[in-house]
Amino acid sequence: MGRTAEPYWRPIFEGYEPTKKWLADLKPDVMIVIYNDHANGFTFKYTPTFAIGCADSFNPADEGHGPRRVPVVRGDSRLAWHMTESLVLDQFDMTMMNEMDVDHGLTVPLSLACGQPEAWPFKVIPICVNVIQYPQPTAERCYALGKAIRKAVESYDEDLKVVIAGTGGMSHQIHGARSGIINQEFDNYFIDKLTTSPVELTKISHAEYVREVGAEGMEIIMWLTMRGALADNVDVVHRFYHVPAMNTAVGNVVLQNTDSPKAAA
Amino acid sequence: MTNPADAFNDIPGTILFNGDRLRQGYQLNKFLTSLLEADNRGAFKAGEAAYLTKFAMTDEQRDAVLKRDWTRMLELGGNVFCMVKLAVFDGTPFQHVNAIMTGMSITAYEDMMNAGGRPMAGNRSKKEHQIG
Repeated sequence: MGRTAEPYWRPIFEGYEPTKKWLADLKPDVMIVIYNDHANGFTFKYTPTFAIGCADSFNPADEGHGPRRVPVVRGDSRLAWHMTESLVLDQFDMTMMNEMDVDHGLTVPLSLACGQPEAWPFKVIPICVNVIQYPQPTAERCYALGKAIRKAVESYDEDLKVVIAGTGGMSHQIHGARSGIINQEFDNYFIDKLTTSPVELTKISHAEYVREVGAEGMEIIMWLTMRGALADNVDVVHRFYHVPAMNTAVGNVVLQNTDSPKAAA
Repeated sequence: MTNPADAFNDIPGTILFNGDRLRQGYQLNKFLTSLLEADNRGAFKAGEAAYLTKFAMTDEQRDAVLKRDWTRMLELGGNVFCMVKLAVFDGTPFQHVNAIMTGMSITAYEDMMNAGGRPMAGNRSKKEHQIG
């Protein structure tokens, strides 16, 4: 990225250092990344509510000035197809993507969590959630998807070390006269409840998310999919919050199942 | 239970990108996302007005693009993530677009963000006082 040493960005990169170390020590085989596309990999020609990347590789998307200079994202096609079958039989009608470019919504979190490696150190199952076109899936549905993802992973016939990342900026709005809102109080409430009582967060409506964290910040509902995939009881490995990253509040929390070696970010 | 539309309409300074907006802005957004392809960026650069005739946009939408009237684009169904493509094409940092959309100077907007962002007080509900 070339910006890691700039004073403006340094606190953000530093805030991810414990996460980087945790991941480097854990050495997962696969990271399931819950992310959203920003009209790059998908235009409005198609808007899947939940899409799963079933290919063995995903190229960084050209977002208007050439693709981001990061490694190609390696998938795990066999695991993705197993998950797809499990999810659909579990009533989640996934869109199956056999070719898909992935944008900064997926690759920036990877960069923050891994730095600038020659190749990403694990395979990735991208799960893309529509959070930019109303009606988005509800917070409750995103959480339930996480539960179904856990069942899918646990029923796989290979013993893999799997982590799951829920991505998305915290409070921010980048359109209209309300551009620039930041809501530190709500963001911290969200991280608190995410850890201890996520079901409370699933009861919040679209409009209340938009009101409290901004039309673009409502993408934090994707964090609930990550949380749904974890056990009810989790330990907080790391927690970090920072304002601003340009227009956005940045949050990073690492949670680990209390009673199980299977872990999640 | 509050009707979702009423709840959204109560949020100040925010346009919900819903089905109506999608239908209104489809061709405008199709043009904007066409800039994801290098060949199209070249064609647009070679002649903006001529390139825009390839899309079944309204004259108002074309005019807003040519004038880089960001607020008007939003009002005419532009999606903010599609509008980012045009800002990238121009080399305009999107924070400058945000400043324009809020009627603030670029410096004032940057200062506001560096000081922790736009406060929530007064910006939650139209029932509170209006922005501005």
